[in-house]
Amino acid sequence: MTVAEGTLPLAPEHRRAEAPARTRRAPAQPAAAQAGAQPVSATPPAGAAVVARSAGSWHTRTFRWPAVRAFLLSTVAYPAVGIAVLLALWWLGGWAIANNDDVATFAGFAPAPAFAALGELVASGDVWGTIYPSLYRIGMGLLWAFVIGVPVGVAIGLSSALREVTHVPFQFLRMISPLAWMPIAVLAFATWDGAIVFLITVAAVWPVLFSTAQGVRRIDPLWFKVARNLGADGWQMLRRVIMPAIGQDIFAGLRLAVGVAWIVLVPAEYLGVTSGLGYAINDARDTLEYDTLAAIVVVIGIIGFLLDGLCVSLIKRFSWRQAD
Amino acid sequence: MSANVSVDYITHTFKGQPAPTLKDIALTIHPGEQVALIGRSGCGKSTLLHMLAGLLMPSEGCVHIRGHMVTRPSAKWNMMFQKPSLYPWMTVRRNAELGLLFAGHRDPARIDSLLELVGLADKAEANVQSLSGGQQQRVALARSLATSPELLLLDEPFSALDAFTRAALQDEVSRIARQAGLTLVIVTHDIDEAVAMADRVLIMAANPGRIAGEMAVELPAPRERASAEYSRAREQLMTTFDGLVGDGRSTAPQPAVATEEAQREAA
Repeated sequence: MTVAEGTLPLAPEHRRAEAPARTRRAPAQPAAAQAGAQPVSATPPAGAAVVARSAGSWHTRTFRWPAVRAFLLSTVAYPAVGIAVLLALWWLGGWAIANNDDVATFAGFAPAPAFAALGELVASGDVWGTIYPSLYRIGMGLLWAFVIGVPVGVAIGLSSALREVTHVPFQFLRMISPLAWMPIAVLAFATWDGAIVFLITVAAVWPVLFSTAQGVRRIDPLWFKVARNLGADGWQMLRRVIMPAIGQDIFAGLRLAVGVAWIVLVPAEYLGVTSGLGYAINDARDTLEYDTLAAIVVVIGIIGFLLDGLCVSLIKRFSWRQAD
Repeated sequence: MSANVSVDYITHTFKGQPAPTLKDIALTIHPGEQVALIGRSGCGKSTLLHMLAGLLMPSEGCVHIRGHMVTRPSAKWNMMFQKPSLYPWMTVRRNAELGLLFAGHRDPARIDSLLELVGLADKAEANVQSLSGGQQQRVALARSLATSPELLLLDEPFSALDAFTRAALQDEVSRIARQAGLTLVIVTHDIDEAVAMADRVLIMAANPGRIAGEMAVELPAPRERASAEYSRAREQLMTTFDGLVGDGRSTAPQPAVATEEAQREAA
């Protein structure tokens, strides 16, 4: 018999002959398995509002008031309180400004004029023309940070020699404010857009790179051993083991990167460009439209919040830890 | 067809260590044989197993499996570890078929029958993290068997499991290996496990790691743990072990003495 035929345990007749107990036991298992996988469906707790359909089906749900209450609190009530406090502080600041003769010209910063200006921006559609160039620059900057940060991060995560070689240069470069590169960026890039994307990349690459490297170092060494034992080559190791293992770390790094990139974007857009959120802020200041300026600030905050939410959902999507 | 393994005078010294971890290990394992390597922690039994798997190269000597020198890991001689080390982002099925995926020929029917063999047919699409330790180790077993290995190497694979699960899996692996004519090498520090699974038990001693002796376990295949023969074999192995390696009460807490003894022996 050849090796290829060495699948004796799988020959059906053998299996049936040798393991009748197992086959007989099998039909009894699904119910228990279902209960294990979906504790929700097992037994409806007493005193609970139950919406139960055919038992054992995957869409069976049990709604419990304490759970619903906790859900409403965390998704509606608590955020609402936070927003209310923020608005109150803002309103208070606006009130203080309006009642101080020295700075009364800045009264446009208050919530009411700001939201009015925001309404106008949205109604006229101007806001999209302002947001789009900024999002494009952020997107390109993050893309480059990703393209550079992930492979380099994987490499220094895998090789301790490389990690030590790059330690000093990387920590040195990381500590330079991205905005300090501004004059060089302006010289090196033909377009303002190119310079801004470069500045965002310089800011965003480090969190992605270090988080990726950290993720690689945290991989269970046994996972490498098992994959090698099962015959994985280098590419398969990367594709099937390393990348899935560190997906959540990469996107956690990207989340940090979005934060820094978003901070760098606005001052970077003070550069020669005539579009984008940073330009709009500068422009509003120059034309003394403080309500528009405040409205742009709100827009920046909202987009930042949404981008962060996007990153969080990516992290969840690529997370394999069951606790999450 | 399963493999015969020959280990030719392996000596291994880990980098930065003055004394060899293994010294002049020579042994032959016959096709289809089930061999247990027992010994205390630090006797190098796991190191030896890694060399059989090609996961570690000896400093001197070599391992041949079916006449081929082992120079790298292969799915044909497969190792199972104490931790099931499944990939949590893959389903049970995906984990089991990983070796086939690496080899480039997926075979869903084969995976189905393997999962049935290890009793997890109904869990094929489950998240491996939702399984118990014993079930996870069964998935690892299916994964190891999927690539049709000739040689199955077990590195204390059941020591993290509860006693009942452990006994069940010992019997199951042993039965599957016998059916397939697989050669089985199991590293353990559990005398019971050795008696339950092995045809032959190799007793290893430390400083330097060497094979101090061996004992055949001549019991019929499904081992009846309650039988008198089983108890006798167990006792005999205990006695043999104590005779060869010492009873552990005097030497184990004092490694320095053991080293001196070893040095005197070597001199």
